[in-house]
Amino acid sequence: MSMQLHDFENSFQQKVDAEIKIEPKDWMPEAYRKTLIRQISQHAHSEIVGMLPEGNWISRAPSLKRKAILISKVQDEAGHGLYLYSSCETLGITREETINDLNSGKAKYSSIFNYPTLTWADMGAIGWLVDGAAILNQVMLCRTSYGPYARAMVRICKEESFHQRQGFDILLTLSRGTDAQKAMCQDAINRWWWPSLMMFGPKDSESTNTDQSMKWKIKRKTNDELRQQFIDMCAEQVKILNMHLPDKDLKWNTETQHYDFGEIDWSEFWNVVKGNGPCNKQRLEARRKAHEEGEWVREAAAAYAEKRKSRASAGNLEAA
Amino acid sequence: MHSLIRKYYYGDIPDTPNAGGDPISSPSAAAEHPWPLWEVFIRSKQGLDHKHAGSLHAADAQMAIENARDVYTRRNEGISIWVVESKYVHASSPDEAESFYEPATDKIYRHPTFYDLPEEVKHM
Repeated sequence: MSMQLHDFENSFQQKVDAEIKIEPKDWMPEAYRKTLIRQISQHAHSEIVGMLPEGNWISRAPSLKRKAILISKVQDEAGHGLYLYSSCETLGITREETINDLNSGKAKYSSIFNYPTLTWADMGAIGWLVDGAAILNQVMLCRTSYGPYARAMVRICKEESFHQRQGFDILLTLSRGTDAQKAMCQDAINRWWWPSLMMFGPKDSESTNTDQSMKWKIKRKTNDELRQQFIDMCAEQVKILNMHLPDKDLKWNTETQHYDFGEIDWSEFWNVVKGNGPCNKQRLEARRKAHEEGEWVREAAAAYAEKRKSRASAGNLEAA
Repeated sequence: MHSLIRKYYYGDIPDTPNAGGDPISSPSAAAEHPWPLWEVFIRSKQGLDHKHAGSLHAADAQMAIENARDVYTRRNEGISIWVVESKYVHASSPDEAESFYEPATDKIYRHPTFYDLPEEVKHM
């Protein structure tokens, strides 16, 4: 039996090494399945909770155009959550259980969404920095070894670049505005920069999941690689905004051909992960409230479907 | 037919004890939310096949089609949608793929490249 398991594991790894995608019915190691359930459901929850900080500004967007765009973006996030929940479900966990894990506080989601959105400029900073960081991660995941996850990522990436561009567009407009608007723009960048860098996760030297995930080709790049790529991009883009990134150590290094950057405050990261961020409580309460208040809708829809089904079968009897 | 299995979830839950372990499920949670799962197929334009796009939960077929429109065609990706309850989809088993598709592998004469014709033969 153990010999058999060993054989299964070998042929699984050979497939992964040969870049053959793993599909739901294929044999997979239990730990691979669990890692994916954890990662995909966290990703899905992040999309869903990610609607909250932005939803905060739908009713306060500065123009009808911005409002329509923001609604559209938030709707996309809901869609992305659904693609991911579906893909997670293929691993043998029910949708209800996944959502219950979020509502009970058992499951994690990206810490970035536990920060408040204080000004309109935050909508810009989220699009540019938060979505920008997410895109780098998601582009990598388009090539992840698990088929349904990779397919969901391809779909998401197609839609996501509009999110980043609209964010940059908001900041660009503010950066060309009044002094107060410029100050608002810089303030948002100051507040979102460091939490965005934390989105890539702990340093490689301290990440426990990275090695195995790389071996299984769930991940293709390490946290530090992606973070560096992000910093190199943003350090250039911020110049177009005539703003600066809040890091006095940020400096082009001709030797490494990358930007050097300052030390990240990891105690803040772990503190937010543990539930002590500015909005952790508020976010979960909003999700629970939505779930509870939607209960009667779910019940009504099920009752209505049942009624229509029985009417249809009564109709069939008459016809016969 | 032995090689066909019943599937209840999009893409199939592994159905042998070895296949990634037992599904985690809690009956109480499932009972609370009985909407079935649907597979969504979308025709992107007239003249093309409907292609599998993904899956979603809905109370009935009409809701499934409306939700599919909102989830999968926000950017004109489709002009026609099919939905089918996932439990009605049957699938072949990957474990038997080798023997199942074996009859096709050794018939190389089914491919046009098998035939070595003189170069003078045109339009063939």
